[in-house]
Amino acid sequence: MTLDSKIPSGPIEKKWDTHRFNMKLVNPSNRRKYTVIMVGTGLAGASAAASLGELGYNVLAFSYHESPRRAHSIAAQGGINAPKNYSNDGDSIWRLFYDTVKGGDYRAREANVYRLAQVSGNIIDQCVAQGVPFARDYAGYLDNRSFGGAQVSRTFYARGQTGQQLLMGAYSALSRQINAGTVKFFPRREMLDLVIVNGQARGIICRDLVTGKIETYAANAVVLATGGYANTFYLSTMAKASNATALWRAYKKGAAFANPCFTQIHPTCIPQGGPYQSKLTLMSESLRNDGRIWVPKKKGETRKPQDIPEEERDYYLERMYPSFGNLVPRDVASRRAKEMCDKGFGVGSTGLAVYLDFADAISRLGKHVIEERYGNLCDMYHEITAEDPYTTPMRIYPAAHYTMGGLWVDYNLMSTIPGLFVGGEANFSDHGANRLGASALMQGLADGYFILPYTLGNYLASTKFDSVKTSDGAFKEAQSGIEDMIKRLMSINGKKTVEEFHRELGKVMWEFVGMGRNKTRLQQALKEIPQIREEFWKNVKVVGAANDLNAELERAGRVADFLELGELLALDALHREESCGGHFREEHQTEEGEALRNDKKFSYVAAWEFAGVGTKPVLNKEPLKFEYVKPSQRSYK
Amino acid sequence: MNKFTALYRSSVGKKIIMSLSGLFLCTFLIVHASVNLFLFKGAEAYNTASHFMSSNIIIRLVEVVLFVGLLAHMISGVVVWIQNRMTRPVGYQMYRLKDNTKLSSRTPMLTTSASLVAFFLVSHLLTFWIPTRFGADPKLPYDMVADAFSQSSMAVFYIVAVAFLGFHLKHGFQSGFQTLGLSTNRYKWLIDSVAVIFWLIIPLVFASMPAYFLWFQ
Amino acid sequence: MDFKLKIWRQKNRNDKGQFVDYEVKAVSPDASFLEMLDILNDTLVKKGEEPIAFDHDCREGICGSCGMVIDGRSHGPGRGIATCELRMRVFRDSDTIVAEPWRTKAFPILKDLIVDRTALDRIMAAGGYISSKTGGVPEANSIPVPKHDAEESMDAAACIGCGACVAACPNSSAMLFVAAKVSQFALLPQGKIERKERVLRMVEQMDKEGFGNCSNNYACEAECPKKISVTHIARLNREFIRAELT
Repeated sequence: MTLDSKIPSGPIEKKWDTHRFNMKLVNPSNRRKYTVIMVGTGLAGASAAASLGELGYNVLAFSYHESPRRAHSIAAQGGINAPKNYSNDGDSIWRLFYDTVKGGDYRAREANVYRLAQVSGNIIDQCVAQGVPFARDYAGYLDNRSFGGAQVSRTFYARGQTGQQLLMGAYSALSRQINAGTVKFFPRREMLDLVIVNGQARGIICRDLVTGKIETYAANAVVLATGGYANTFYLSTMAKASNATALWRAYKKGAAFANPCFTQIHPTCIPQGGPYQSKLTLMSESLRNDGRIWVPKKKGETRKPQDIPEEERDYYLERMYPSFGNLVPRDVASRRAKEMCDKGFGVGSTGLAVYLDFADAISRLGKHVIEERYGNLCDMYHEITAEDPYTTPMRIYPAAHYTMGGLWVDYNLMSTIPGLFVGGEANFSDHGANRLGASALMQGLADGYFILPYTLGNYLASTKFDSVKTSDGAFKEAQSGIEDMIKRLMSINGKKTVEEFHRELGKVMWEFVGMGRNKTRLQQALKEIPQIREEFWKNVKVVGAANDLNAELERAGRVADFLELGELLALDALHREESCGGHFREEHQTEEGEALRNDKKFSYVAAWEFAGVGTKPVLNKEPLKFEYVKPSQRSYK
Repeated sequence: MNKFTALYRSSVGKKIIMSLSGLFLCTFLIVHASVNLFLFKGAEAYNTASHFMSSNIIIRLVEVVLFVGLLAHMISGVVVWIQNRMTRPVGYQMYRLKDNTKLSSRTPMLTTSASLVAFFLVSHLLTFWIPTRFGADPKLPYDMVADAFSQSSMAVFYIVAVAFLGFHLKHGFQSGFQTLGLSTNRYKWLIDSVAVIFWLIIPLVFASMPAYFLWFQ
Repeated sequence: MDFKLKIWRQKNRNDKGQFVDYEVKAVSPDASFLEMLDILNDTLVKKGEEPIAFDHDCREGICGSCGMVIDGRSHGPGRGIATCELRMRVFRDSDTIVAEPWRTKAFPILKDLIVDRTALDRIMAAGGYISSKTGGVPEANSIPVPKHDAEESMDAAACIGCGACVAACPNSSAMLFVAAKVSQFALLPQGKIERKERVLRMVEQMDKEGFGNCSNNYACEAECPKKISVTHIARLNREFIRAELT
């Protein structure tokens, strides 16, 4: 497999403009003759489907939800970055570009990141025009806050519901196109396979989740915007249904999977309460703007946090990182929290939590200010834990949250399969080894509104298409493959539930492939995951019927994929003998415990090529060149 | 006309008709209650007022509008009620509406009070309005009222009926403003205060007459 | 904590459906209602029975997927929460809990506690948007919005489209849902341009879908997981009258 990133030539600030000019266009009157399949209608999918529909393409949009508004993009709280420099603090496209490349620990493609920074301002314009009720100042202009380690205030927000509001914006744009008839929306459909004809992605196989019917759809191109794979860890901040099935089935059809080990752990989640717990709830890390993180200085402290005097508290982030303090990047904050707990300073019933304390901020700014800023988060915390964060410090712990890795795409967001495009969290492109806060929403919408509509058009205009029908052999073959898989799942009739297998996998992933990784543990994971997988296919119990609404069957297919993906994730983590961003290999750290990159050996994108289940995939490398942001050791001291 | 039928077909439109007619009927209650107060000034004053009300040409014209309003209110109410009943073919096993709503706002209470008030209106018109208006009864208005309310069954019926009227208005008055979009955070207190006149004071005034004749005469 | 449950089971759209009794034992008071159902489903699956189907996804009260009437209340007892945020600690030990789906003609039951709420999407498609084109928009700060209006617009925009308002309303009215969207846009200068068409189309679609009339009893506000105020319904009415009169 050759990986051609197709980065346009020329100076970085001109690349996107030059490329747009060089792209072929589809004549407006011809556009409706092209059908595009959009799988997933979250931020990236809905915005792309709406924009493509508006351009006049015939769009078929699929979601396993009943409505696009249920996508997990909705749960993003904090905000969206754009270098508008409204705060007059020296922000610019260059600075956002620089921060993102640096924040990604020099494992992202410069050209992509620059383009992201470039179009991010337009996203804000777009969203405001759609009626997204962003926070405003008293003059009526948009308000910004500083977020997740950024030293400029470039984050736009709508209370703690920015993701919801942006998704509603994209969903409303999509609704308009559905009404206009340019987009046909298929609710409660799960993509189960990709259909390739003559080397081109030409269709998908879906299961109607209500009737269980296996359906086939043909198109000129397929876009996957199906989100990330953090649920490989079982417990994560992802929605319950978030899965990697679409990505994984595409991978098995030949799309390369890039940097699967780049996963992000979010530092401010509500800790796990018991084994029944189904998910971890994330609280926006904007909490760290005003909250101070600490643990007791004494191991195994039993006093209530309020009773622990100031001098017996260890504000460890402020101590270790005097200039960034509580605002160090996510991976640093997460790792330090786990470290503190591993050393025995953890608090709460499980000892797996640290305090996040608003007492200082409340005495400085008043309770009403904290309420205004974090009211909904505090309510949520109160609801879940029955503790009042205004009087008792919150307990927080890291949780798997975002996956920077994903299907490999070139500059046009096209995967290694011609005609298969990937947008949003599902691709690997922009965040390198670590994503900055408030950049996920930015990337999803950049891909959807401003990149895919151009690059897809270019592909459609410059490609020759044979006529393809769903009655063709390739579709029949893929369809019967899926039907066989479902039959197989239903017929095992073993003893363990799907959920049990998922939990088992999650435990291995979190223990061995979670935050601090090392060779021994990764090898252990690589031993255990295939065992779980093997048992799964012998001993899973899927009740209900295949031709019915069957949540167990849906989950079984997803977990089957996680059981393969988990192995790839561990394999990638094992192969990457360095620490960078969210990937921390304990063997590779500085004396102070900071991540130690190895730019000589690992300055590349690892794009894995499927070679059969249980067979080691083929590693392809896309070298990364840094012409504008020279790699340096990250330091937040 | 097309626009009007479209308006009436829409759910919000029907409610607007209901609220406009309802609030109009409320203004009538003020007039009616004021005229009734003449009872306490004596027979002569009341007879004069009553005569004025049944002979003045403007009042007679308003009367027509009043009947139209009443009909519109009743018909819309019935249509809305029937439509609403059809929206939930299978009911809940357990439905704790009373945790979420005021007693006066709940549909069964609204329909009960509405039907009772409607029944009362018919009987009220038969007892007083037709005889006075068309002069079928040779009795003077004051004597007619005094006779009627000296029967305890009639007096109690009236008191119960105006209590239900008050109950109906407890919901209806604020609801009218909500439907017309006038119930904003800023003016809610004002609407709620004025509402007291309609659901409490006016019914009290109405109830005072049968009570007066029954117990004090 | 132990509980007795009475849960609505219905195979599909056409099945008549009935209540089935279950028991769950040793549930942590910190578990959410959905986690309690997970525990129950786990035992059902182990026994080879079909688990109870219910919609859920984010489990943090924002996606709007979950929703059922628990003990006669949309999203169960408590204010301002979705079903996923309902914790078992609000019940008493060995309580009997009744769970049934949203019941209204406009939301056909697909299976057990899952209903089809696409009627709400069709209302959105009828006019729940500002018709701005991708790319063809002005600089964001060229449209100033008074802070107070932006805040109130956000109050309305907080709607998660769960349908609790419809389920709680004795008339199955979707007015709070529609009003939240109409109000959000009516408060913003960007939204004022299409305000008339928007409200008329959305109300028309709402009526077509078979939702009932609003009788201003405010059960919707009481059960809204995002505590959306009925003053937005007043604004919808105002917008409607304005659109009809001018």
